[in-house]
This record gives sequence, structure tokens and C-alpha cells, in this order.
Amino acid sequence: MNITRRRMLVLLPAAAVAWKYVLAGTPEASPNYQMTEHWWAMLIDITKCIGCGSCVRACQLENHVPDGYFRTWVERYHIEDWEMEYPKVDSPDGGKNGFPVAKETGGKNFFVPKMCNQCADSPCTQVCPVGATFVTPDGVVLVDQKYCLGCRYCVQACPYGCRFINPKTETANKCTLCYHRITKGLTTACCEVCPTGARQLANLKDPKDPIHEFLQTHSVQVLKPYLATRSKCFYYGLDGAVR
Amino acid sequence: MQVPVEGFMYPNEIELQWSVLIVLYPFLTGLVAGAFILASLERVFRVEAVKPTYRLALLTALAFLLVAPLPLQLHLGHPERSYEMYLTPHRSSAMAMFGFVYLWYLLAVLVLEIWLDYRRDIVVLSQTTTGWRRLIYRVLTLGSTNISPRALHIDERAGWLITVIGIPSAFLLHGYVGFIFGSVKANPWWSSPLMPVVFLFSAMVSGIAVVMLLYMLVSSLRKEPIDMGCVDTVAKYLFYTFVIDFSLEMLDLIHRIYEADESFRSLDFMVHTRLYFSQVVLQIFIGTLLPITLLGLTQVLKLTPMVRKQIYVLSGCLTLIGIFAMRWNVVIGGQLFSKSFLGYTTYKMGFATREGLLTAIVLTVLPFVFLWVLVKLLPPWPERDSGALPDATPAH
Repeated sequence: MNITRRRMLVLLPAAAVAWKYVLAGTPEASPNYQMTEHWWAMLIDITKCIGCGSCVRACQLENHVPDGYFRTWVERYHIEDWEMEYPKVDSPDGGKNGFPVAKETGGKNFFVPKMCNQCADSPCTQVCPVGATFVTPDGVVLVDQKYCLGCRYCVQACPYGCRFINPKTETANKCTLCYHRITKGLTTACCEVCPTGARQLANLKDPKDPIHEFLQTHSVQVLKPYLATRSKCFYYGLDGAVR
Repeated sequence: MQVPVEGFMYPNEIELQWSVLIVLYPFLTGLVAGAFILASLERVFRVEAVKPTYRLALLTALAFLLVAPLPLQLHLGHPERSYEMYLTPHRSSAMAMFGFVYLWYLLAVLVLEIWLDYRRDIVVLSQTTTGWRRLIYRVLTLGSTNISPRALHIDERAGWLITVIGIPSAFLLHGYVGFIFGSVKANPWWSSPLMPVVFLFSAMVSGIAVVMLLYMLVSSLRKEPIDMGCVDTVAKYLFYTFVIDFSLEMLDLIHRIYEADESFRSLDFMVHTRLYFSQVVLQIFIGTLLPITLLGLTQVLKLTPMVRKQIYVLSGCLTLIGIFAMRWNVVIGGQLFSKSFLGYTTYKMGFATREGLLTAIVLTVLPFVFLWVLVKLLPPWPERDSGALPDATPAH
């Protein structure tokens, strides 16, 4: 093929643009990351959460979560002293913009951040008909967006309401524990911005991770333990009324 | 679109995931399974009285089975990827086996049984018709033109064997649909080991009812007398199956009320408010108790054929309404409450949308169009239409 200098000058920028797109679709390299050395979990300290909603905003920005859908959200509970069965709960716009002043007086008020529990025996993974939802070797439940049928069975199967169908992609979507960040040694967007440190990313396989000392010295709980999903989202200060 | 919410829902729960199309899916497969089981009464259990409905029941099952996957396809976010369920089925998923169960039932049971049963007619028609009809019948013979008594005897034996295999297959098809719901432990409205059994019996009820109605409708359209011995027997089976179905549903209900676990307050509230009309009025009273009472009357009273016919038509229609309401209450009802048990949402059905009312109506009518084509192509009553089919030249 005879390429003239003029044609070369035209082709080179085009090739550069094309190469940029090729690179854009390539995952960023994380050469030092070993999946087998990690087993990710999240520690949420309810006593520290102030309901500012920074985590929700950060998550939406970081992960391009469409309006009206949530990978994480914050609930505000109000419980009279003994009526644990009938808590009043609100979460205006997922708590993204904080909360209005509580109307109720008396009783107790507290905030509960919610997110995917990264269950080791996750019901959403179990029901996916094609295996588009899977648990990674380092313990994160992910969805292959190019494989998901959009059947919504996983949304039905999640006991915590953590999944939704992204209206743009028509596929299942959920918290990835900012997998693109944590595999590069960063923490999740929600942990990064939390002003009180109410959320702590933890690597259960790392003996030096402070979570081990915390779990040994504090009473922690998971949501809906009777469902035996082996949730890895540990709550400190979780009230029995929280669903 | 703002959805009215009462109490607290997890924010991702407000929008319902499974629409009226997913209500249609178990309704249609239920009709398939029920119609086939009715057909098997004659073939396997030698209930001669229901013979006039045998072929019609098979064609009805096929017509509904052809439409059954359409609501699922329309519902998928990526229908173009649905073939992945065949290529890489996820073995732990209750839904992954759908494609295989469906294909098994369609090809290994229903189509094969219909072909064997009609093979003689197809061969005869391929020799007696002309033009494009002849071409179609010649293709349908699949090159098998031997209709000697021995060949027909083999057809009969093979058909019997397929029906024997088909009965558990029909149970599998619909019990499996029930399992898809019953195995969701996150949802107490669905999570029940009784769900597959309830689905199965309700399937039999709806399938028997639809074949009974179609037989009576087709007979009147053809200006043929209705075989009262036949419809009496079909109605008797409908009544007994319905009683079992209702007992199972009541067992489930009583168990929930007595056990009254943490979800009970939420579910009870829903039945008394959002689901009151569809569950209590439509499903239980109009769609179950009333037809059971009417059918029960025909079992204990001596009624004239005309009155019996009217009762059968009325109770058949009410039965179908009741079973559709049951599917609605399972699928839609199971999504109206929060998994936090603290709130309730509302189902807003679109009209001319992909999962709207219009689509649902089209998909409900479509099996009847398919059935009309099938009946034209493979008349279930050739002997009465044009005298006995002429003997074809047997192959030697």
C-alpha cells in the first residue's frame, strides 16, 4: 500500500484518537494487587453517623448513579422508648441532602447508612440465571454489565433492597465497594468523604487491619442475620428495631 | 412518574420490578399444564368421557405454550442476551432451567405427542388437499407417510409413552414456576414450600376450565351438540381439583395467620387495603368460592342440561378470573410491601408501553389466534367436519 506523506498526516491524528479509545476501555493496571490477599468487608459505626449524606453524594458522583436510585443511602430511625416494633423511618432522597429537623420529640433518633452487604452467600448471586452476578475471589459481589439479561430476579432476591435496574443500561446495578478504587489501594468513595469515620473499609485477610481489634472488643451485628447470607457489612451500635 | 408510597420503603423498592407481564407468564404456563393434564386423562387414565376434548386440549396447550415465553422476553432489559441461559446456565439459579424445561416440554412432549396423534390425518391431508395446504401437510409429515395399521399402532404406543412422560413434565413446568417464587427467601409473601404445589393445582384448575369453555364455545360455533357426558366429567374434575387447590391456599393462609411472624402485620395490612379487591373479593369470593359452590351444586342437584351448561360457562369464566387474580396477587402483591415491613408502594401500570396493559391484552389474545390457526391446520374433529377422512394409500 502506497501511503503518501499527506495521507500519513491525516491518518496519524485519527490513529491517535482511536488508540485513546482503546486505552479508555482497558482497565487501569493494578500490578501490586493480589486478590487472594484480600477479603473485603465494611464496618459501619452507627454511633458516629450524623446523617450528612456526604457518602450518598460521593457514591453518586463516583459511580454515576442515576437520580432516584441508590447504591448507598442513609435512613433515619425514630423509636419511642419501648415500641421497637413500630419505628418511624425516613430517608428523603436516600438522605443525599441530609435530613430535615425531626418532628418527633422524645424517644431516640439515629442514622443507619445502608449499602450492599457484600454477602458471602449472597441470594442475588444464587438466583442470577446466567451468572452475570458473581462473588470475586476477594469477596465483592459484582455484576457483569455486558452479560446481565435485566431479568430483575436478583433485585427481588436481595433482602436489603440494595439493587436496582439502571434505566440507562437496563441491567442490574449495585454497590461495587468501589472496586476500581480499592484494587488500587484507595478506599471507597463513601469512606473517603465520611466526616466522622462512620464507615471503614476492612480487609479481613489482613491481620494488621484495625477491624480485627474492633471486632474482638465490640459487639457488632449484621442486618437480618436469620437469612444466613453471611453479610460482610458489620454494624456497631445497631438497634434491634433496624430492618 | 411519582409513585404513591405509604410508610417507609427502601429507596430502590419504590418502583416495582415485575409487571403485569410476569403475572401473565405463570397464568399462561398454568393453562398449558392444566390443558395437558386434562388431555392425559383420556390418553393414560382412559377416561373415555373426556375424549371429545382430547385433541382440543393438546392444541390449546400448544397455543398457550408458544406465547408463554413472550411476556418474559418483552420484560427482559436485554432480550437479545436471553440465549445465554442456554449457553451458560447458572446452576444454582431457579430461573436458569426455564429454557430447558420449556424446550423439553415444547419439543419432547407436546409437539411430539400432537404430531404422533395427528400423523395419520396429516398424511391423509397431504394426499387429499391441493395447493399450499398440500405443501404444508407434506412438510408436516416429515417424510413419514407410512400409515399402515402396524405403523399407527406404534404411533399409539409411542404417544401413550410420551403422555406418561408428559404428566410429570407438566407438573415440572408449572411446579417449577411456583418454585421460582417460593424459593425467594427475601420475600415472605412468596417464600413458601407450598408455592409450587399451589401453583400446580391452580394450573390444573385454570387449564381444565379453559378447555371446558373452549370446547363449549367451539361446539356452539360449529353448531354441534355439546356432549354433556363429556362436560359433566370435565366439570367434575374441575370441581375436585378446585377443592384441593382452595384447601392448599387456605392451609397456607391459616399457617401464616397462626404463625404470625414478623412479616405478618405488614402482609395482613396489605390484604386488608391494597390487595383487598384483588385478593379477597376477586380471588377468594368471586374467583374461588362462587365457582366451587356452583360446581358443587351440579354434583348434588339434578339439574337440566341447559342449566348445567350455563353453570359450567359461568363457573369456568369465574375460575379463570380467580386464577388470574391469584397470579396477580402473588406477583404484584409480593412487591407492594417493603422488605423492611415498614411501608407500601403502588403499582402503576402503563397502557401502550412495553410492559403495559395493551401489551398484556395482546399477549392474552394471541394464544387464541394461534389456537384458531392450529385448529384450522389440524382440525380436532375431522370425522364430523367432512365425514371420515378418506383412507390414504398405506405405504408398504
